[in-house]
Amino acid sequence: MTDPSAANTPATAPGKIMIKLENLGKQYPKEPKPAVDNLTLEIPEGEIVILVGPSGCGKTTTMKMINRIIEPTSGRIILDGEDVTKADPDQLRRKIGYVIQQIGLFPHMTIAENIATVPKLLGWDKKKIDARIDELLQTVSMAPETYRNRYPKQLSGGQRQRVGVARALSGDPAVMLMDEPFGAIDPITRDRLQNEFLRLQAEVRKTIVFVTHDIDEAIKMGDRIAILQEGSRIAQYDTPEQILTAPANDFVADFIGRGASLKRLNLSRVRDIQLSEWPTVQLGDDHAKVVETLRASDKGFALVLDEQRRPRRWVSAPDLQRGAGRALDEIGLPPEAIVEPQATLNDALNELITANYSVAIVVDASGSYQGIVDIDSINEAIRTMRTDARARARVGLDTDSADEAGQVRR
Amino acid sequence: MKDQTFGEFLTEFFEFLGRRYDDLLEVGLEHMGLVALSVLLSTVVGVLIGVTTYRTERPREIALAVTGAFLTVPSFALFILMIPLTGIGWPPVIAALTMYGLLPIVRNTITGLREVDQATIESAQGMGMSRGERLVRIELPLAWPVIVAGVRITTLILVGIATIGAIVDGPGYGTFIFDGLARVGSPAAINLVLSGMLGVIVIAILFDVILAVLGKLTTSRGIR
Repeated sequence: MTDPSAANTPATAPGKIMIKLENLGKQYPKEPKPAVDNLTLEIPEGEIVILVGPSGCGKTTTMKMINRIIEPTSGRIILDGEDVTKADPDQLRRKIGYVIQQIGLFPHMTIAENIATVPKLLGWDKKKIDARIDELLQTVSMAPETYRNRYPKQLSGGQRQRVGVARALSGDPAVMLMDEPFGAIDPITRDRLQNEFLRLQAEVRKTIVFVTHDIDEAIKMGDRIAILQEGSRIAQYDTPEQILTAPANDFVADFIGRGASLKRLNLSRVRDIQLSEWPTVQLGDDHAKVVETLRASDKGFALVLDEQRRPRRWVSAPDLQRGAGRALDEIGLPPEAIVEPQATLNDALNELITANYSVAIVVDASGSYQGIVDIDSINEAIRTMRTDARARARVGLDTDSADEAGQVRR
Repeated sequence: MKDQTFGEFLTEFFEFLGRRYDDLLEVGLEHMGLVALSVLLSTVVGVLIGVTTYRTERPREIALAVTGAFLTVPSFALFILMIPLTGIGWPPVIAALTMYGLLPIVRNTITGLREVDQATIESAQGMGMSRGERLVRIELPLAWPVIVAGVRITTLILVGIATIGAIVDGPGYGTFIFDGLARVGSPAAINLVLSGMLGVIVIAILFDVILAVLGKLTTSRGIR
């Protein structure tokens, strides 16, 4: 990673490069140091790239130079192969979605008029605009007939944020710039909006530059993260997994902070790991059969499943003794800590810590039993991730050319 | 006159109003036309001055200082000073009233435009609206309630000052008041001044109500 161009090129074999910043700089008059100092960065098509760093590191300045809300003083911006450093800024901005933290909805316009802004500027006809408004409101889960004619002041913070995203998508831009878009929203709503946004992005596959100061948000939202130091110098530009497992230097390690291993658990899902086996019995089985099953395993309790293989009950040997003669679903403990395969390991860990038997039950969408996550499976997963990341980092160090480094991850 | 009871005075005053009814109405309409025209001119000129100066400190301060200085010129003097430029009758009065009406409108236009949320403007800019589009479609509509408040103040000021316009043969209730002034001591004097004054008050209230309704109708429901 001594070669700066290698460090600033995505470490994953990139598809098309959508945005290319070349030696970009911003020097404010009368300031001793540039706000952005000779930044070179490539942003691949269809990915969310997060610019993250401490306040004052120049991340917002960097983002605002892409749509030239702030004009760069040096360097070039290449958008989809075209040099837009000197292009007409208004025409450029109509092709780039823009969401800011305060959202900035126009309070005197209805939701429909807000969303119609860019299509109108682009000169679409009314029919097409109306259809687009309804489509976008549906995309952000807001019923068009209810919300079309409301004003921003009649919406909650979360709804305004959704409209902000819908408005930024209205002209169907290939690129979106988002400046702490979830920053001013309460934690619970933020989490929900982040998930919704990731689901939406899976459909629309926009190229997104996303600014935040919150490393957890960066890890959750980013396909790639650029960790920036003062002057927008890149400390590391890599995937969240790689940044967490193999921080490039002390600055990155400090910025991630403690608990990198725990954060990494947010990146793996239950479906990606080997589930543990557990003794199970059927709801109709007699107690003798359960005792036999328990003896045959080293676990102290068995999971009772019904005909559809849905978990119904935990039973242990003492439960069987105390509840002699009673049906299996009347003794023991109800099943808890049930997770689905798309849950993150962090969710699973959270569940299993609070569960009576310290295991999380994995079921599929129909509720049918798939296996168990216990602390050992999570341990194992962390070990694997660490080994993989070290191997990748080693290969990255050995490779000189960015292209070769790019091959490593896929 | 001293022996007159209040009741007798009222009876006589109402008789006067009945007698001069047509006259009062005609003069009232002239007064309203005069004020309406001056307010319109003040609004157009004032908003233009506000729009061109609100972004930069120096021009903004100069605009406020100059329009503020207009208001300190005694109206009596200004009307008379206008005569060489405009002659007598309506023109000097309209010119002078327009000048007097500028300050509240310029001040409120500047305040209103400067109070528009920066995030709203930045998102408009980020969506590719030019400076002109931003001004017309975002900033002015959002500043509008504040501008209308300025127009209402201007209107109230001008309804009052317009009476002095009679000194240069201008129209309006000023003619009644100056007639009364010329006949101080005669019973008609009080009637003339009082009817002129009441007419001015009625017009002021009428204009204020009209502008309040107009302001409401022209302001988006989203910011009311």
